[in-house]
Amino acid sequence: MNQELLLGLYVLILTIFLGFEVISRVPSLLHTPLMSGTNAIHGIVLLGGILVAGTADRPILYLLGFLGCALGAGNLFGGLVVTDRMLEMFKPRAEERPAAARPEPAGAGVQAVREKEPVRKP
Amino acid sequence: MIESYREALIDLAYLVSAVALVFGLKRMSAPRTARSGNQISAAALLLAVAVTLLDPHITWGAANIAVLLFGIGVGTVASVYLARVVPMTAMPQMVALFNGMGGGTAAVVSVAEFQRFAASGAVSSGEAVSVAFGTTIGSIALTGSLIAFAKLQELMTGRPVRFRLQLPVNVAAFLGIVALWVWLLGLAGGATVVWLLFALALLFGVLLVLPVGGADMPVVIAVLNSMTGLAAAATGFVLDNQILIVAGALVGASGSLLTVLMSRAMNRSLANVMFGAFRMAGRAAAVAEAKPIREITAEDAAVLMAYANEVIIVPGYGLAVAQAQHQVRELADELEKRGVEVKFAIHPVAGRMPGHMNVLLAEANVPYDQLFEMEQINEEFQRADVALVVGANDVVNPAARSDPSSPIYGMPILNVDQARNVIVLKRSMRPGFAGIENELFHMPQTRMLFGDAKESLIKLIEAVKAA
Repeated sequence: MNQELLLGLYVLILTIFLGFEVISRVPSLLHTPLMSGTNAIHGIVLLGGILVAGTADRPILYLLGFLGCALGAGNLFGGLVVTDRMLEMFKPRAEERPAAARPEPAGAGVQAVREKEPVRKP
Repeated sequence: MIESYREALIDLAYLVSAVALVFGLKRMSAPRTARSGNQISAAALLLAVAVTLLDPHITWGAANIAVLLFGIGVGTVASVYLARVVPMTAMPQMVALFNGMGGGTAAVVSVAEFQRFAASGAVSSGEAVSVAFGTTIGSIALTGSLIAFAKLQELMTGRPVRFRLQLPVNVAAFLGIVALWVWLLGLAGGATVVWLLFALALLFGVLLVLPVGGADMPVVIAVLNSMTGLAAAATGFVLDNQILIVAGALVGASGSLLTVLMSRAMNRSLANVMFGAFRMAGRAAAVAEAKPIREITAEDAAVLMAYANEVIIVPGYGLAVAQAQHQVRELADELEKRGVEVKFAIHPVAGRMPGHMNVLLAEANVPYDQLFEMEQINEEFQRADVALVVGANDVVNPAARSDPSSPIYGMPILNVDQARNVIVLKRSMRPGFAGIENELFHMPQTRMLFGDAKESLIKLIEAVKAA
């Protein structure tokens, strides 16, 4: 069997295992950004479009190269931008609401600390 | 194997990119690090694309440069514009559209490379298999995604599309693809065969997604995403390019995993989602019996919640349709101001794609530590004073637990019926997508508040303020 093909298959299969390990740790909270982010990752086929367009020498290859570049760039850059837009919105409680806007939790926190102090003293 | 420093540089840059992609994905495992993870992935992808421009095979003729710049320019400008303006409710169709673009790229690159292989003489079997795979899967992903996009964007009906002789037509298209594979691989077919395969696979993508209903789109998008990943990996074999294989395999794994999770959350097999429409032909619509329901006014509902200790809000797709995510956040804020503990219970298939509801609520500034997955919160319903169901139906139907004859029996659901009081915001008594009667609406602790979700929520907010 062709060595390059064989090595490629090793890379493919081992990466699929790695992918399962990494992806299974992503909480369902983030599944939409995950899907849109991995969607952007396969936009890397843009580099195939670049190679076709860059080496084209016949009209049909120019056309296919153009399609590859346009669709690939659309997938890659659109996917990255939309994923970033989504992830920017995910905020924890503390960051999202500054103390000024929501005095109660901050106050409660201080109170809790004060209540603990007498315990520590003796 | 490495002929020059330039090629070594390209190969090493690809290696760095592959490692960075994995690190980027690892950071997706927590919301705090996810954004930087995506940025690391972005840098890795840009590096790989940039070093590809150094490839010694690129001829840099004027026409090549023009096609390259024009193609990348058009694709980038159009998609970045779309990505910036798309509303979060339209995210599923946006992902479907970008996914189709990636599939299309993989397909045209495979077709184009075959032209070159064929022009240079003998095509090896490895090359032929890679081209056949990339062309077939990429094309199916392209047109399948476009149909999914059209359904979600409501450019066409979201219901399963069925026509006469649909099954024979689909089977014939599939067998045609198999025959072209045999021709290409076994009988050393030429460029014409690849073009035929391209065309037939494009048609098959349409046929495959047409009979799938709009509510099953979370699964379909995950499947198509996985397919595009594998098509990209196939393109990697065509081009002898390791980074494409790595990136494609990661996406393929991610898409398959999400497909399994989604199917499980709907308690259906993948085959049932993709081909279920063929068997549903004779199924009669469920006959709704006239059972008593109890209505509640916005004022009474507000009092019930304002004086509760704990309220769990269960948002469903109806909330997204009504664009009411900001109002539900406002209601939660008003309740919290009064010292009520508010939590959101998110079913895995709430919305139109996996995790969609979380994005909508995050957009409305609901902090993510207030959002709870089904397994985390199901125990808690029995302690909750009020469960507020907003535009959800099948995912809170107790028949999934208790009625073996129900079509959704066995589907994991949110245990809303265990809460002391249940308030359901609903447009009408029309059954949900699955067309099944929901026993929850007739239970003694349940009160219905009919009307548009957004308007009902606005009334509730006012009433809570006054309570």
